[in-house]
Amino acid sequence: MNIYMTGVGGQGIGLLSEVLLRALEHSGKTVRGVDTHGLAQRGGIVVSHIRTGEGEFPPLITPGEADIVLSLERHEALRATGTFLADGGTLAYYDAVWQPYSVRSGDAQEVTVEQIDEVCKSRSIKVLRVKRNDLPDPRMQNTALLNEILLNNVIPGLTREHLTEAYTDLLKGSALVQNLSLLN
Amino acid sequence: MKKLGDILLGKEPFSEHVMGNTAVVRAMVEAGTRVITSYPGSPTPEIASAIAGIHQDKRPFHFEFCVNEKVAVEVAYGAAVNGRPSVVFFKSVGLNVAADTFVQLNHMDIPGGMVVIIGDDPGAHSSQNEQDNRHIARMSYTPVFEPGSPSEVYSFFLAASAMAKKHRMAVLLRLTTHVCHGKERVSFSGWNNPEPDDTPIFRGEGGEYIPIGPNVARMKKRALDRLELASEYLSGSALQRLEDNSNSARGVITAGLPFYSLLDSISKAEGKPDILKLAMVYPIDENAVVEFLKAHKEVLVLEELDDFMEQTVKRIAYDHRIDVSILGKEKQENWIGEYTPDRVKRILAELWPDLIIPIPPVTSSLSVPPRSPQMCPGCGHRSAFHAIAKALKETDITVADIGCHTLGFLPPYEIGRLLMSMGASTGIGQGLSLFNDQRRIVTFLGDSTFFHAGMPGIVNAVFNKHQLTLIVMDNGTTAMTGHQDHPGSGSNFNGSTERIPVRNVLEGLGVKDITEVDTYNQKSLTEAVAKALDAPGFSVVIAKHPCMLKFTREQKRKPGYTPKHVRVNPDNCTLTRECIDDFACPSFMWKADEDEVSVNTDLCIGDGSCIQTCPSRAIEPESKKGESK
Ligand SMILES: Cc1ncc(C[n+]2csc(CCOP(=O)(O)OP(=O)(O)O)c2C)c(N)n1
Repeated sequence: MNIYMTGVGGQGIGLLSEVLLRALEHSGKTVRGVDTHGLAQRGGIVVSHIRTGEGEFPPLITPGEADIVLSLERHEALRATGTFLADGGTLAYYDAVWQPYSVRSGDAQEVTVEQIDEVCKSRSIKVLRVKRNDLPDPRMQNTALLNEILLNNVIPGLTREHLTEAYTDLLKGSALVQNLSLLN
Repeated sequence: MKKLGDILLGKEPFSEHVMGNTAVVRAMVEAGTRVITSYPGSPTPEIASAIAGIHQDKRPFHFEFCVNEKVAVEVAYGAAVNGRPSVVFFKSVGLNVAADTFVQLNHMDIPGGMVVIIGDDPGAHSSQNEQDNRHIARMSYTPVFEPGSPSEVYSFFLAASAMAKKHRMAVLLRLTTHVCHGKERVSFSGWNNPEPDDTPIFRGEGGEYIPIGPNVARMKKRALDRLELASEYLSGSALQRLEDNSNSARGVITAGLPFYSLLDSISKAEGKPDILKLAMVYPIDENAVVEFLKAHKEVLVLEELDDFMEQTVKRIAYDHRIDVSILGKEKQENWIGEYTPDRVKRILAELWPDLIIPIPPVTSSLSVPPRSPQMCPGCGHRSAFHAIAKALKETDITVADIGCHTLGFLPPYEIGRLLMSMGASTGIGQGLSLFNDQRRIVTFLGDSTFFHAGMPGIVNAVFNKHQLTLIVMDNGTTAMTGHQDHPGSGSNFNGSTERIPVRNVLEGLGVKDITEVDTYNQKSLTEAVAKALDAPGFSVVIAKHPCMLKFTREQKRKPGYTPKHVRVNPDNCTLTRECIDDFACPSFMWKADEDEVSVNTDLCIGDGSCIQTCPSRAIEPESKKGESK
């Protein structure tokens, strides 16, 4: 299984991918992954690859072969659907909008929810859009997304226990409590 | 999960899911490394993040960030000739800076042994080129190990370190971006090193370490002799692999990450080629290659970037009169970019269409607005560019340097239209100023870069009386690579240290015309730059403001932190769009259908640097909301 994650530098995609990677390991799978570090983290596109499988394989996903795309931002959700998601796959995204410069300057149109729905429909892609108004901190949008992924069984075999274990591996104190309270 | 420090120091064998950059630190501990040095640069800074996970008092080694890569190599060398096993790590282009010392290493007898870890960057994910550092290994007679996964990073480091110690030499460990950052479960051995013997053993009688005159030839011979030892070391090594698929028609010689891309691309193929996966890419195990070439009709050398191994493999076939067809970089495009699984699939499909069905490249008809990296909300560099732009003329030539301020070349600022390498701006600016009294020259330099390689250019400007203005973009840290301290920060990796202020250095170097302005003070900065540009000779403006990403992260960690934002007061906004079109903080959003500017509160940090840029005074702290009504 190939899971491609995307977002904008600063949105917390590093934690999302680390939690998911560990949760998948707790579910008994062999997992490899890779995250973007460095320059791109300054407001550019940040991606993570996670792959499960047998034996030896590289962490990088081939474009067009992701079973699942997770995005923390609307423009990046559409972009990754175009580049990495396989037809018939699943797109789950948190509907935050961080406008690229050309949208702010008025030279390009902001991507709309309808546009994403239309593209996905034409390619038999399941779409899960997440948006909440009750988050204490925008940095918890990634956990809100993971919770919906769990509730909708987007990743077969992944349970609340696996996610809880992964969060407990990585966070402590109030950050842990707050994030766990979002998993229901 | 155990804490990172415990993972890295644990004496019992165990396994953990880690990235390559973490695995290598565990290997350093097991190998008894005593001194580690570095200068930050992607893809390697997370090696230092892992080291930081070990409490300073528990570190079995000394680690420091040096001012540049050359000094880092020199510190590690000095430690190693005194008997301490040492390691130095930095990014690809760092080896250019270090080269003058690096190329000498294997002429010397290095009792402690040295491992030089280099983070090459095929695909130029975060580098100004994708130089293939295997070339400089050959030039300096340095053996190179090339792992392709975190597990291999761990085991190859141990091999490199053992070899360096045994033969009292320097060995390169060449990592690439996705090997550094790739994550997998790695099995680590236990360790139990004896107390290190810290006797300062350096001797050096009879000019042994002085490469002058006849000594040079003797030293060069030593370097060449050691290369022969290197290939001896390889025969029978478990690190080198032969994947026997009983295919006498086709074979592939490869190494590093491309090997795993290859496995991925042929995973479903019938008639898989045999694969010789080299662990050491220089020098190459000649015997293994000879056997492999003899056993196949057609052999592909699959390597990223340049045709480095291909040349040697072809030479070997010629020398041994082997009748085999050798394929390699058939096309120029294959010299460029990373060998990701899809890329390798395409290369194979083209060469051997019966093996792999060519995959149609993903052609997305979707047009999504492009997104490039940009300066963060609150960044002092943005305030600086906004203010500096007001002092510049259309005809002025602006020269950027390496660091976050490089992003000033993007619209809307478009300031800094040449970029080369660290510290290069001031020298380039001096050349631009020659036979040129029509166009003014402005060069930029980050503060970490100032200490790294910026000072010689400045001295030259004073020494040779050049006419130009330098703006030091001083944010107190090495921001772009992850906020490492530098000599102007007031602390180093291990604790506090006396700050070396940029201004004092400039004064010491003989610069007369120096102004220092906080970039949030935009009016003063515009005036200071205008004045400096009019002044005769060499002038410097220090445009200061602490890195706000670092500052905000520190604030967020404090208890009782409450987020702050600005808002656009719709009663005052006259849609001049200065905040979007000129200042261009990414927090300002444009609602096209409503003709309205709003603030993205996920992004805005409430620093308020934008407030002064609005001619209609429509931007205000969010806390003011309600007060006015
Ligand atoms: C020779 C070399 N070493 C390291 C790097 C990696 N690098 C890229 S940006 C940067 C940061 C420079 O810091 P500073 O000059 O303080 O600018 P800032 O990013 O803080 O604005 C570094 C070290 C490089 N590009 N070249």
